[in-house]
Amino acid sequence: MNVIEVKQLEKVYNDSEVKVYALNGVDLTIEEGEFTAIVGPSGSGKTTFLNMLGGLDQPTSGYISIGGTEISQLSSSQLINFRLNNIGFVFQAYNLIPVLTAKENVEFIMHLQNQPKAERESRTMALLKAVGLEGRENSRPNKLSGGQQQRVAVARALASKPKFVLADEPTANLDSKSTENLLEIMEELNKKENITFVFSTHDQRVVNKARRVLTLEDGKIISDVRK
Amino acid sequence: MKKSTNTGSFTPSIGGGWGGGSMITSISWKNIWRNRVRSGVIIAAITIGMFAGVFTATFYKGWIKQRLNAGVETEVSHIQIHNREFGENYELKCFIPESAKLKEELSKENFIDGVSARMVVQGMIASTETGTGVRLLGVDPEKEKTVINLYKKVADGQFLEGMKRNPVLIGKKLADKLKVKVHSKLVVTLQDSQGHLTNEAFRVCGIYSIGNGMFEEMNVFVLKADLARVVQVDETTTHEMVVHLKNHDQLKEDTELLAKKYSQLLVQDWQQLTPELGILNEYGNTYIYFFIGIILLSLGFGIVNTMLMAVMERVKEIGMLMAVGMSKFRVFWMLMLETVLLTLTGGIFGILLGLLVTIATSKNGIDLSFYAKGLEDMGYSSHVYPTIEINMVVVIVILVLITGLIASIYPARKALKYKPAEAIRIDM
Repeated sequence: MNVIEVKQLEKVYNDSEVKVYALNGVDLTIEEGEFTAIVGPSGSGKTTFLNMLGGLDQPTSGYISIGGTEISQLSSSQLINFRLNNIGFVFQAYNLIPVLTAKENVEFIMHLQNQPKAERESRTMALLKAVGLEGRENSRPNKLSGGQQQRVAVARALASKPKFVLADEPTANLDSKSTENLLEIMEELNKKENITFVFSTHDQRVVNKARRVLTLEDGKIISDVRK
Repeated sequence: MKKSTNTGSFTPSIGGGWGGGSMITSISWKNIWRNRVRSGVIIAAITIGMFAGVFTATFYKGWIKQRLNAGVETEVSHIQIHNREFGENYELKCFIPESAKLKEELSKENFIDGVSARMVVQGMIASTETGTGVRLLGVDPEKEKTVINLYKKVADGQFLEGMKRNPVLIGKKLADKLKVKVHSKLVVTLQDSQGHLTNEAFRVCGIYSIGNGMFEEMNVFVLKADLARVVQVDETTTHEMVVHLKNHDQLKEDTELLAKKYSQLLVQDWQQLTPELGILNEYGNTYIYFFIGIILLSLGFGIVNTMLMAVMERVKEIGMLMAVGMSKFRVFWMLMLETVLLTLTGGIFGILLGLLVTIATSKNGIDLSFYAKGLEDMGYSSHVYPTIEINMVVVIVILVLITGLIASIYPARKALKYKPAEAIRIDM
């Protein structure tokens, strides 16, 4: 089953009457359970592409479908609701809510989804256990290491039961041990729970773990390698 | 955990609503304390501002209330009825026709609990030291007690009692001016009904003190029979019919009723008789709210500034919240709550502090006589008892709430202008 389907995706910026193609006719299909890394040099259109896949920006033309819903046609308020229920985000700088504990950060997404309390609590505990943070539920982000914070972010991304997890340079701020640990957790979640992960990364260790590597250059996918 | 992750379903509704309300309230409250110093400073400013506002309001309210009480219950009473021409020249001949009948009718009205028929004559009063112009009020002491409580304000001597012939009750201010005491002799000069000047000796039976120098200096009370004899008119002659109502809340209705019934006479309530008291009563609260409004307006700018700083510092976080699916409405609501809670925290502290100081000073009052000696000359007591009015407190709390709500709009709107895709990548 296709989780992501992209056809002839274009994003054009008009820079003083000169058209700049950030994305120039991208076609892509990602199936459920894939573990995909998107790589490419600065200016290749990686960030723009990630914004499109995450429903954070609208394309100039083309088609993006997530789980069968064409998101390029949604209004901004519909997109917010779509992101809440369908996409899990992991950011480079963790971006946890500093005034909430690890447990509350994970639960927060389910609060936004109006999930009942019992389900929120059981799922939060299960997710924190899955990312190896059992016993740290009541710690605030400033009491956690970078690696632990990013694991909370992964648990938060999974809290809404998304169609896929979009991770933007998730290891960029982590040391090698934390990176290794995080990647193992995500790989395990991918293999055991069939969770679809899409990364944007410069980190070779992430690329090595990925089972599919897409290389973007000048707004186009120039290589698509499956391992 | 379940095997499949594809259970999230898309419903094309607008993101947002009131779900997660308690969580958002909790985040808003916790956000206030992220920068304790900054929030502490603005909360302290609001506390001080609201304390000043509330205490000034209760102080001013107490002052007004005392003035109104004194003005209505001690000086004017609720309603006065005169001959329509009396007010223009205070002439002896401008009496109320058939006053005995009027008095009897008024006494039978079930909404009236006191009627006093006064004879009013302008004259001169002199001691061995000096003399001055006064308004002589000829009264029946027992009837007078049913309309005003001046008899309770006799500081020295008695209220037109204790002397068989020609007792006179004078104000403290007049006694000081004439340099007389109880039992001192005073000579009153006035024009009788024939137009002749006549003199009569009176003896001070009592000195009243009501904290209104003007009234004390102008109004002299004598027995109606004595005054009638001096000016050579019948004892039933009445220039001023003073009426005290059972229920002051019915003042307007009862005044209108009497005015309609006795249309040939001039029927006025205390607000018409003493316009300055009427204005004080009507606009006193407006003045208080205007004053508090100015305080809140200036605090509002400080609150906006604090919240703007808070929003600027959290651009990345706000971007993240919108990226993961927090609707604009919820982000707006979160920041609005944060501002309102910040404002209310300072506001409630300030109001409570103001009320505590009011309670602490309301029993013994605040003596201003050292700073403002002239106050009593203008009819205002120099010893003020601050008063709390629940309605006023409720209105002040609502004003604080409105300030918080208005102050939140600009910072919250500013936060909503960020695009999540850009905000999450800003380096803070």
